[in-house]
Amino acid sequence: MKYIDEFRDPAAARVLLAQIQTISTRPVQFMEFCGGHTHAIFEFGLRQMLPETVRLSSGPGCPVCVTSMSDLALAFDLLEQSGVILTTFGDMMRVPGPNGSLLEARSRGADVRMVYSPLDALSLARETPDREVVFLGVGFETTAPTVAATLLQAEAEALPNFYVLSLHKLTIAAIRAILAAGEVTLDGVIGPGHVAAIIGADAWGLLPDEYGIPCAISGFEPLDMLRAIKSLVEMAEEGAPAVINTYGRVVSAEGNRHAQQAMSRVFTVGSADWRGFGTLPDSGLHIRREYAHRDARVVFALKARTFVEPKGCRCGDVLRGTATPLDCALFGRACTPASPVGPCMVSSEGACSAYYQYGAGDNDV
Amino acid sequence: MSDERILLAHGSGGQLSHELVSRVFLGRFGNDTLNALGDSALLDLPNDGSRLALTTDSFVVSPLFFRGGSIGKLAICGTVNDLAVAGAKPLYLSAGFILEEGLPYEVLERVVDDMARMAAQSGVQIVTGDTKVVNHGAADGLFINTAGVGIVPLGRELSPQRLRVGDVLLINGTVGDHGIAVMLERENLGLRSELASDCAPLNGLIAEVLEACGDAVHCMRDATRGGLVATLNEWAESGACCLQVEETAIPVREDVRAACELLGLSPYYAANEGKVVIAVAPEAADAALRTIQAHELGRNAAIIGQVVEGKAGRVLLRTSLGARRLLDMIVGDQLPRIC
Repeated sequence: MKYIDEFRDPAAARVLLAQIQTISTRPVQFMEFCGGHTHAIFEFGLRQMLPETVRLSSGPGCPVCVTSMSDLALAFDLLEQSGVILTTFGDMMRVPGPNGSLLEARSRGADVRMVYSPLDALSLARETPDREVVFLGVGFETTAPTVAATLLQAEAEALPNFYVLSLHKLTIAAIRAILAAGEVTLDGVIGPGHVAAIIGADAWGLLPDEYGIPCAISGFEPLDMLRAIKSLVEMAEEGAPAVINTYGRVVSAEGNRHAQQAMSRVFTVGSADWRGFGTLPDSGLHIRREYAHRDARVVFALKARTFVEPKGCRCGDVLRGTATPLDCALFGRACTPASPVGPCMVSSEGACSAYYQYGAGDNDV
Repeated sequence: MSDERILLAHGSGGQLSHELVSRVFLGRFGNDTLNALGDSALLDLPNDGSRLALTTDSFVVSPLFFRGGSIGKLAICGTVNDLAVAGAKPLYLSAGFILEEGLPYEVLERVVDDMARMAAQSGVQIVTGDTKVVNHGAADGLFINTAGVGIVPLGRELSPQRLRVGDVLLINGTVGDHGIAVMLERENLGLRSELASDCAPLNGLIAEVLEACGDAVHCMRDATRGGLVATLNEWAESGACCLQVEETAIPVREDVRAACELLGLSPYYAANEGKVVIAVAPEAADAALRTIQAHELGRNAAIIGQVVEGKAGRVLLRTSLGARRLLDMIVGDQLPRIC
């Protein structure tokens, strides 16, 4: 833990904050892409420590949140099939679906199991040869490689009863959609460190090259984020946008080649449905035809249906950065962690959950 | 909604547990004693002004044996601690067993051995009991219920209503040990550590604090399910006060922190089975800390915060960077994150 403490040192944080204060002369608006950053920012109380000129807004980087209701419905459809065990990361369990959450489905007798890794789902498939084990593949480029590797392991073992429902999404497509829509004005983007560890810092080059916006790839500790923010302020002040990698201990320019290879062996890029964005081309990972026998969509003949998002829920606007959770009339009233309306209130990476849990916007805190 | 069902999260000590208690039980059973929702019910005795403390708790932990304890050890310590934090001297316990058909005799005997050992260590006797056997599959090995009684001496009053601005909050050691230790064993995560549950009877330590600080001790609670955060929020709510704790002051073991970082959990919400949060008047804080630290179950004790001016019902955390934020209860169990 010494390793983490050196990135949480309060004295070093104060130095960085003072430097940011000194170099920041005009108001800037940065978006932290990743929901993990949003939560870390509130957990450490960074927003209130920054000078007033530096504003942060949360972005679409919450895989649970951007999963559309129609995609989520596919998972519930699987539970109707006899013999299926649905395995998922814990974060999906409480998300409101078309008819309650997976937790509620489990309380009605559905076989939903929480796993810590797709490999746990694979073990379950080995142990229960008479059941069909489906892993619910929700996540960005951070999770897709391990799911791909797990599927390849199932192939290597010729394990007949392991499948994946791939709802994986690509981060670059989301940031491109936000910037192309022009609904928000951004002076910089805090780039997602874990995603960049896989796809490489260079993948974020489109921000300076196509949109003239600086990007600083950041880790998740206070000093990581302050260094990234300082880089963004410097680039914004100088009018010299670039991609700066402030998370060099984890992220390289080209990313993790092995992970990329596993992903491209198993998945092909195609369109995907996003909450808040609708259908975006080249934004999702579909299982390649040669592994169709592992693709839960194919094997269980899942049919996509259209769902209307819950009335009044502004998760979509929050994910696009056009609204903050506090702009939503449901926030903290009809929508709380105990009775969530939208996924942003339940996911540990959701912006509404961070605002609620840490008391953001509450003057008494 | 008519389709509502009981979720596992209703038993986690978070907001859903509270909702369940107030909606289903308080509405139907409600009376002044129960409504106080203390760790023990305090009942007036007819003679000398001392009061009877009565408490009950059920134990359903999986696995039955874990590093640092067992379901049997928990069943005694949990009830002894609930009596002790109410200011009572624990005296007598009942023990009810629900056994699953097929449970090895040897397992039951090991559990009961642990119970006997803990009862002796904490100075209580198990004076009545019950046993039921259910079909295979209807229970996870065995479940235990214990109830306990103790005596609260005349004039002793420990409750959140006694919290005052300026009161100092102490804890007798590191938080999250039990919750994370059991999770690591249950989920078989392949993380190696020396971490053990902190399960222990606290009545000895608590008696010494009460001896040293007397009436300056305003409130105590063992921070079990829902962890430190649940205890602090219950106090802020029922004591109608605002609490502030210092992140840098809360003791957390290195391996607990590391496991929590890895899984995206917080040790402040993880269960403890041998930790008591104590609120004392400011002038008694030093004496309380010295007394706790002198006890073997309090070596890592620390002053973690204070009752402060502020909106009633709030618990605030001052982060290591000096920012203030809410330290709110969570809805159900902590769930590990995706990435």
